[in-house]
Amino acid sequence: MRLPGLRALSVTTALAFGVSLSLVFFYAPIEAEEGFVQKIFYLHVPLAIVSLCGFVLGGLEAIAHLRTREAKWDLRSYVAIHMSLIFGLAVLITGSIWARASWGHWWVWDEPTLVSFLIVFLLYATYQPLRFAIEDPERQARYASVFAITAAAFVPLNFIAVRLSASYVHPRVLGGTSSLPSSMAFTFLVSLAATALLYATLCSYELAAKRTRILLKSRSRILGFQ
Amino acid sequence: MVLALLRKELLVELRTLESVPGMSLFAVTIFVVFHFALNQNTLSGQEAAGILWVALLLAAMLGVNRLFVADADQGGFDGFLLAPVERSALLFAKALALLAYLLVLELVAVPAFGLLLLGPPLGQALPGLLAPLVLADLGLAAIGTLVAALAVRTRARDLLGPLLALPLLVPVVIGAARATAPLLALEHPGGLPLRWLATLALYDLVFGLIAYAVFDFLLED
Repeated sequence: MRLPGLRALSVTTALAFGVSLSLVFFYAPIEAEEGFVQKIFYLHVPLAIVSLCGFVLGGLEAIAHLRTREAKWDLRSYVAIHMSLIFGLAVLITGSIWARASWGHWWVWDEPTLVSFLIVFLLYATYQPLRFAIEDPERQARYASVFAITAAAFVPLNFIAVRLSASYVHPRVLGGTSSLPSSMAFTFLVSLAATALLYATLCSYELAAKRTRILLKSRSRILGFQ
Repeated sequence: MVLALLRKELLVELRTLESVPGMSLFAVTIFVVFHFALNQNTLSGQEAAGILWVALLLAAMLGVNRLFVADADQGGFDGFLLAPVERSALLFAKALALLAYLLVLELVAVPAFGLLLLGPPLGQALPGLLAPLVLADLGLAAIGTLVAALAVRTRARDLLGPLLALPLLVPVVIGAARATAPLLALEHPGGLPLRWLATLALYDLVFGLIAYAVFDFLLED
């Protein structure tokens, strides 16, 4: 199978990551209070944003699946959520490292964004167990879509509830890019773009692999290999 | 139609007594377990509110897990789909039935909690407790019914029900426990924090609508 678009996307992603990492290490200034450790911000926050957007994207694709009943939307929704889960694990790990370096603890409960992220992650961690506990492929797709829509609606509501409950002991590092100096904001936006490209590339690879496997299965069935 | 379905649910529960007695007994047992686990005779404030809500939540999980079992195993779904009615009627009937189970559960569990663990007298907190209890029950009923329908026809339904429901219900726990805590404080019991009631109401509204929007898709075969 020839995939010329995939190759271009991969090259762009590699270039974007090269540019973003060189900006992070050689262009963005060292933060005055936290020092070098603050650089993890350029990895952690874009990963979190992309991963949450991916969860919501999975929900929107699930709506498309329930509306059209086409299997391709379910496949896309599955891949979006699967990749977001992997990114989400990276968010929790980098967030934990950052918390340890700047506050001295591996986990802090009064950082509402991190806590909400853990709850969302725990919810989405049941997506695959739910999905693969249903045998019939059509019903599997339908139930997974219902879950994806409910969970996507849960993401913003959960953030509101957890943020309300937090006591704000720690000063917030970012409140939108407007409070950052322009060199940091620029580096952040480039990192965000690179991370989004990485997400798109990995999703495309997984989609291509899944489609190839489905194609292979149907071909071998036609040829009578099964 | 909703009323006919609700009547059937309540009749089945009255004749089999499968859910509500078990849920109530479970909640009381959790209070006893917490007495020993925490090694405390009386609780107040945020601890009291937290343990009350953990017990109610876990007891509600038992009801959620059983909510659709008879329909899935004994052909209730097939019978319902043959009838010329809106599919969401089943959602409303089941949610109302679950709401009724939760209210009976709380009629037992809240006085038992006041008797066994609560430090300050229950009487003074009781009028204020009503609003968070009802608002949390509405959210529990909406999410519980949706999750029960999602999980019941999977291989690992007993496992998946609580696994799906607990993260989804974290905002309910936050809102309910925070709203209840000042009522159960030992000194100067405070009034109801309206912010938390508003959070609970927003949650009920959003997930009530979501459950209504997606429930039909769970009943197609």
